[in-house]
Amino acid sequence: MKIGVIGTGLTKFGEIWDKSLRDLLAEAQLKSLEEAGISPKDIEMIFTGNMCAGALSGQLHIGAMAAENLRLNVPSTRVEGACASGALAIRAGIAAIESGAAKIVQVNGVEKMTDVSTEQVTTALMGAGDEEVEGFQGATFPALYALMARAYMQEFGLTREELAAVPVKSHKHGSMNPIAQYQKELSIDDVINASMVSDPLTLMDCSPITDGASSIILATESIAKKLNNDAVWVVGSGQASDTLALSNRDSLSEIKATRFAAEHAFKQAGITARDVHLAEVHDCFSIAELLAIEGLGLAKKGEAGKHAAAGHHYFDSKMPINTCGGLKSCGHPIGATGVKQAVEIVHQLQNRAGKRQVKKAEVGVAQNVGGTGATVVVNVFKR
Amino acid sequence: MFRSTPIIRWRKYQERYNLMGAKCEKCGKLHYPQPALCTCGSSKFIAHKFKGEGTLLSFTDIGSGPEAYAEHAPYCLGIIQLSEGPKITSQLSDCKLEDLKIGMQMIATFRKFYSSGEKGAIYYGTKFTPKW
Ligand SMILES: [Zn+2]
Repeated sequence: MKIGVIGTGLTKFGEIWDKSLRDLLAEAQLKSLEEAGISPKDIEMIFTGNMCAGALSGQLHIGAMAAENLRLNVPSTRVEGACASGALAIRAGIAAIESGAAKIVQVNGVEKMTDVSTEQVTTALMGAGDEEVEGFQGATFPALYALMARAYMQEFGLTREELAAVPVKSHKHGSMNPIAQYQKELSIDDVINASMVSDPLTLMDCSPITDGASSIILATESIAKKLNNDAVWVVGSGQASDTLALSNRDSLSEIKATRFAAEHAFKQAGITARDVHLAEVHDCFSIAELLAIEGLGLAKKGEAGKHAAAGHHYFDSKMPINTCGGLKSCGHPIGATGVKQAVEIVHQLQNRAGKRQVKKAEVGVAQNVGGTGATVVVNVFKR
Repeated sequence: MFRSTPIIRWRKYQERYNLMGAKCEKCGKLHYPQPALCTCGSSKFIAHKFKGEGTLLSFTDIGSGPEAYAEHAPYCLGIIQLSEGPKITSQLSDCKLEDLKIGMQMIATFRKFYSSGEKGAIYYGTKFTPKW
């Protein structure tokens, strides 16, 4: 498989009080078109990842909204898979091109989350879990990941300090990303001493509530070569599922679907974990980053925390992870996250990531998770 | 997303009140709650009531929960492996975070969960508590 990414667009991530759901989506859509140097009428299909607009903005039918923004009548579909909605939209775009149904596709992600109370957001996000098994019990996402963190700490001896190295690194990267929600560095003590959300996770282990949108344009190999001599290629894509509820899985200390999705994506791309130069992974909570790194095979089970504490995941170190600042520092507008991960990898591979540029990067991977690992998408990008 | 109407909660009350799960008729595997298919592929189950004893696999606390639990917070949450095998996500009652330890024995207890407003229905279910 070889599909070109010929344009990217991102809004600022954060509390964007003066922009609506539609404004954010339209801004990202127009930016990716402009970068690709094409006009709206060149777009044959649109896929947009979004999770919460129905619950938080009273707006569904995001597919039609995205088409209307471009004054198009082409097929346009909203894709939902909780926090993996963005990467699922990318997969829908890939499928459209691979099947020959379209030659140029726009893939977007959008979420508007800061208009409502934190309790309302918490309630809406629990839609990603199992309502009967987890929701009724008053579970929240920070709590479910805290259960994973504690089980992992017990099993592998991960320390609180090692885990804190994850958000510290994320904020270092975020401080070099102009669109990031938080651009301020953190210390290990800042993480450990922050207010407790769900023990052992503090506020600084948790990704924030964010508004934002992201967009990419995908095109067939021949069109991409014609339009853009610096295209980055999607060369592998995998997706896997697991039980909605964490408690229905064999292990609490791994996200098995990451392993399955990565096996498929890496095989399709003809690579192994050793060939990966950088990765954007789904660090909705600090522990999730370690589980992602291990699921992708970038560290042995139980060892990702040691690598994090040793500083191996900084942009200028052995295995750069989340150079955009990750969900923690860049922000986590749910549906936009998966597409933003792709944008960061593309920018890194095109040598345009500014102060956080990874040297000589040729293969990048993006891993996007829905819920506590019930949906995982892994996409592989090559220069 | 948390949606609570009497009918939604009534439908599964046996599960919540009585820890009613299912036993696969073909291979004998126990499940909580009843799935559509057993891991062996069979869809034939008979009701199975779990004893309500198990081991704490992990735990945490919730300072601010979903809207329905706003008045109820803080509370503890855990995953318990029932002595018969299946795992269950459950609130942990009559204990503080400091009391809890992975591996400790837990027993089921019937508790109030929340009420929908002053005149609304009160919802009950099973929570787990340490077996002191
Ligand atoms: Zn069976």
